[in-house]
Order: sequence, then structure tokens, then C-alpha cells
Amino acid sequence: MTPLLETTGLTRRYGSLVALDGVSLSVAAGARHAVIGPNGAGKSTLFALVTGSLRPTAGRIRFDGEDVTGRPDHARARAGMGKTFQHASLFTSLTVLDNVALATQRAAGLGMAMLRPAGRHAAVAEAAMRQLWLVGLAGRAATPAAALSHGERRQLEVAVALATSPKLLLLDEPTAGMSAADSARFAELVSSLGPAVTVLIIEHDLDVVFRLATRVTVLHLGRVLADGTPDEVRADETVQRAYLGDAALDDLFTEDAR
Amino acid sequence: MSTARRPRAVAGGALVVLALVPLLVSANVADMLTRVLAFALLAVGLDLLAGVGGLPSLGQAAPFGVGAYTAALLGKHVTTVGPVQLVAAAAAGAGLAAAVGWLLVRSRGTYFLMLTLAVGEIVHELADRWEGVTGGTNGLAGVPPITLYPGGAPVRLAGVLYWYVLAAALAGAGALWVVSRSAFGRTLRGVRDNEERMRSLGYRTFLPRYAVFCIAGAAAGAAGSLWAAQARFVSPADLGFEVSALALLAVVIGGRGSLWGAALGAAVVVLVREALSPQLGGRGPLVLGLVFVAAVYLLPRGFAGIRLRRPRSIA
Repeated sequence: MTPLLETTGLTRRYGSLVALDGVSLSVAAGARHAVIGPNGAGKSTLFALVTGSLRPTAGRIRFDGEDVTGRPDHARARAGMGKTFQHASLFTSLTVLDNVALATQRAAGLGMAMLRPAGRHAAVAEAAMRQLWLVGLAGRAATPAAALSHGERRQLEVAVALATSPKLLLLDEPTAGMSAADSARFAELVSSLGPAVTVLIIEHDLDVVFRLATRVTVLHLGRVLADGTPDEVRADETVQRAYLGDAALDDLFTEDAR
Repeated sequence: MSTARRPRAVAGGALVVLALVPLLVSANVADMLTRVLAFALLAVGLDLLAGVGGLPSLGQAAPFGVGAYTAALLGKHVTTVGPVQLVAAAAAGAGLAAAVGWLLVRSRGTYFLMLTLAVGEIVHELADRWEGVTGGTNGLAGVPPITLYPGGAPVRLAGVLYWYVLAAALAGAGALWVVSRSAFGRTLRGVRDNEERMRSLGYRTFLPRYAVFCIAGAAAGAAGSLWAAQARFVSPADLGFEVSALALLAVVIGGRGSLWGAALGAAVVVLVREALSPQLGGRGPLVLGLVFVAAVYLLPRGFAGIRLRRPRSIA
């Protein structure tokens, strides 16, 4: 089966600093694919390159059978990439429902409709309410987004991203700052998504990763260190060393650790 | 009366009072209130742009002035029919906005403010220099009074002119209100709050920014024609920096994003400038400055922050 998302030789340099160095990654349709790695491994850079908020220095990105390397972020979103932000990024002066409705009205092609009152587009409001039910925020629909708790904001973040009906959902450290209970609920939410949604998750919390992921890619110093099923990756010695700090120490004291 | 109906009742009452004005006041006062209405349409359009769309412009005098010149030139040379002048002026304002906005709305924050200011100054300079068309610094005098329909009698009564301007300003503000409440209005608020997030949802954010810039330009142009219909004289001062600044002041006093607040703000600005200033020996700008400071301190959300409805409890 052809992968939904495929990067080849993806590289991003900042001057002489190489943040991402020839990363080739393949995300199968329907997968729960996690990208992990220590701080500075290039996870966030990879995320930004895939979603289109950064341009690669070299390499290609194919999504859903098309080369999207040169396409801007909004075009990639319309092609079916949904994303959440590392720090909850919402429309704080709007209500919870309006936050999600911004996504559903775009999906319905009504973002520039100027005549009917926004609330009268019944399909837009219904689709938005469905997402709120799904993430457990239906009771908060009329609340201003600014009044939500941290955990609720993360839930809303996911609802907004899902409301565009993406083929690929990209989650950037979704459980950062969440309580253990919230993280568990979040993992449940992600596993409850149907096979129509492929998930690429950048995560720090290995518990969440190993509970969710069907495939794991480990990044280290901008390169792919390991790639395989969760069990394979867990058993991998180089990965263990990277996480235990062994390899990181070597990097500090030797010219070329690899 | 239930609290939910109060805003509607207040709006209805305000409309009745507005409609009765010419029967209650002198011609001079009616003339001044006509200018208030024209300026209010400019301010409401600017509020849609700045308050709802997050694009504070310091150059709205440009489409306003272009609309005023368009109406005056039409009146002198082509047609005195007011509604025709109104539509042509709105189109001229929108046309100017469409021409300069293509580049302007790609800038953000202070850059946008400065670029709109620059465009305003350029158009002002143009009005000053292009004597063949604009009459230069002398302006365009002797604009004939408008007629309400082809072949109609010239409108010379201040009260009748007031009613015409009231109807036109209400229609314009009503259209802006509809736009603000639409799905497009929600898009504008989304772009104002978090443009990056909007892009991640698949919005090409240039489009709503450009569209609202053109809409505000049309409103400013229409307001310019109403202004010219009352003044029957247009000069470069009508598209000077002061007009832009006062319009933005009206939006701030009124409270950003509510539209009706901006209309009230416009009333305060024009009344202070015209009614109070002569009695204070021309110190109107000083009073406006004090009003501005007082509004910022006492009404941080402007008039729109005064609640007619008790805030709904958060469930």
C-alpha cells in the first residue's frame, strides 16, 4: 500500500546548524505513527516542515499521492492535513462552539459567505457540536474559549483540528502539561478515531506513545535513529542509549559519535 | 420587560428618536446631525475593518474623500440624483481600496497602520495638486443640491436631506451588520484572533483580509457622498489625516467590534468638534483628547462594554 505521507531526504539548515538531516519517513494510511526523540532531536522542525509552516532546505514531501513540498500551509490543510499546536492555539475571544465552527464552515466552503447569520448554517453548527461531543466539551459550547482550563483547551484544540475531517491528523506534543488522567483520556480519544484518520504524533511522553502507536520513529540529532513497531523500538539498544543519555554524552565529548 | 429584549427595545427607541429629529430641532442642528450620520457610516465601516477584522487603518479618509469628490463631481457635471452618487461613491471607495489593499493587507500590525497612513497622505496630496479635477486647495464649491430621484425637486430642506442621509446610513450600517454576523464575520474574527491557526484550518487568510478592506472602503466612499451631499463643498481637508484619526478615535471610544458602539463614538467626536469647540475658542481637539483618555480609563471596552443584557452565566 502506498503511504499517505512520505518524506524523502528532508533537510532543514539554520546557517551552519542542521536541525533536520535527510529524514525519510513513511506514514502508512490508517497508522498511529509516533515520532519520538530527546530534546533537540528535530521533532518540531519535522512537524513544521510537514505542515508547511517551514520550508525545507532540501528533500521532498509527498502527501496523498501528490508532491506538496512547495505548497503553502493552508493548501496542505485543504488537501487533508489537520494539526494541533504544541501550545494550545485557539480563538480566545470566541466561544467554544465558534472555535470549532470556524473549522466546519471552512470544510463546508462557507468561510466567505456574507449574507446569512453565521448561526443559521445548521449543518456547520451540527458538525461542530458533533466534534464537541466527541471530545467531551458539548456542555461548554457557549463558554468563551478564554475561560477554559488547560486540559479543556487541549480537548478543544483536538476538536478544532478534527473538525476539518482531515485524512492526516498531526499532533505536536498533545499531552504536554496534561495531568496523568487527562493524558489517559486523550490517548483514549485518539485510539477511538476511526481508521479513516491517520495520526502522526510528536510526543515526549513515552507511556502515551507506547499505548497508542502502531509504529514509532526515533529521531536523534536530526536523523532517524530507529524505525519500527513499538516493541522493536523498545528493544533497540541505540534507542535506549539515546534516551539514557549515553549517546548524548558521547556526542558532547567526541568529534563524531556516529 | 425581559432583559433579553432590552437591546432590541433600545435600538427601536433610538430609531424612532432618529427619525423624529427633523421635526424637533432647528435646521442648523439637523445639518450637524446629518454630518454625524455620514461620519457614523465611516466609523462603522472602520470598526468592521479594525474591530472585527483586526486591521486598524489610519487612512480611511482616502476612500471617504474619494467618495466625496466622486459625488461632488457627479453632482456638478453628470447627475444630481443622490442614490446614483451614493452608489458611484461606494464603488469608487471600494475601487481605491481594491487597488491599494492588494498590497496593504499583506502587511501586519504597525506596518499596516503606517502604510495606510502613507496611502492616506498620498491621496491627500493628489487632491491638493490635481487642480483640473479637484480644484486643488480651493476644493470643489457650488455643488448643486441632490435630488432623490431622476427629475425630482432639489433637496434644499435640511430635514429632508437628513432623512435621506439617515436612510442611506442605516442601509449601509445594516449591510455591514449583516456581514459582521455572517460566517464571513466569524472568519474575520478568527483571522483577528489567530491567523496562523486559520491557515492550519485551510483558510487562505489574504482573502478575508482583502475583502473586508474593500468593504470598509465602500462604506467610507458611501459616507463621503453623504458628507458631500450635506456640505455641498469638498476640499482636500476632507481626506486629511484628521478625518482618519477621528474615525479611528470614534471606533476606540465606541468599543471595537460592536459596530453600534462606533456609531455612538462618531456622534461624540462630531458633536464635541462642532458643537463644543466654538464655545471653547477652538479647543475642541483638547476636549477630544480628554474624552479619549476618559474612555480608555472608564470604559476600556468603549460604549459597547456597557451591558444592556446581564452577562449570561457560564454553565
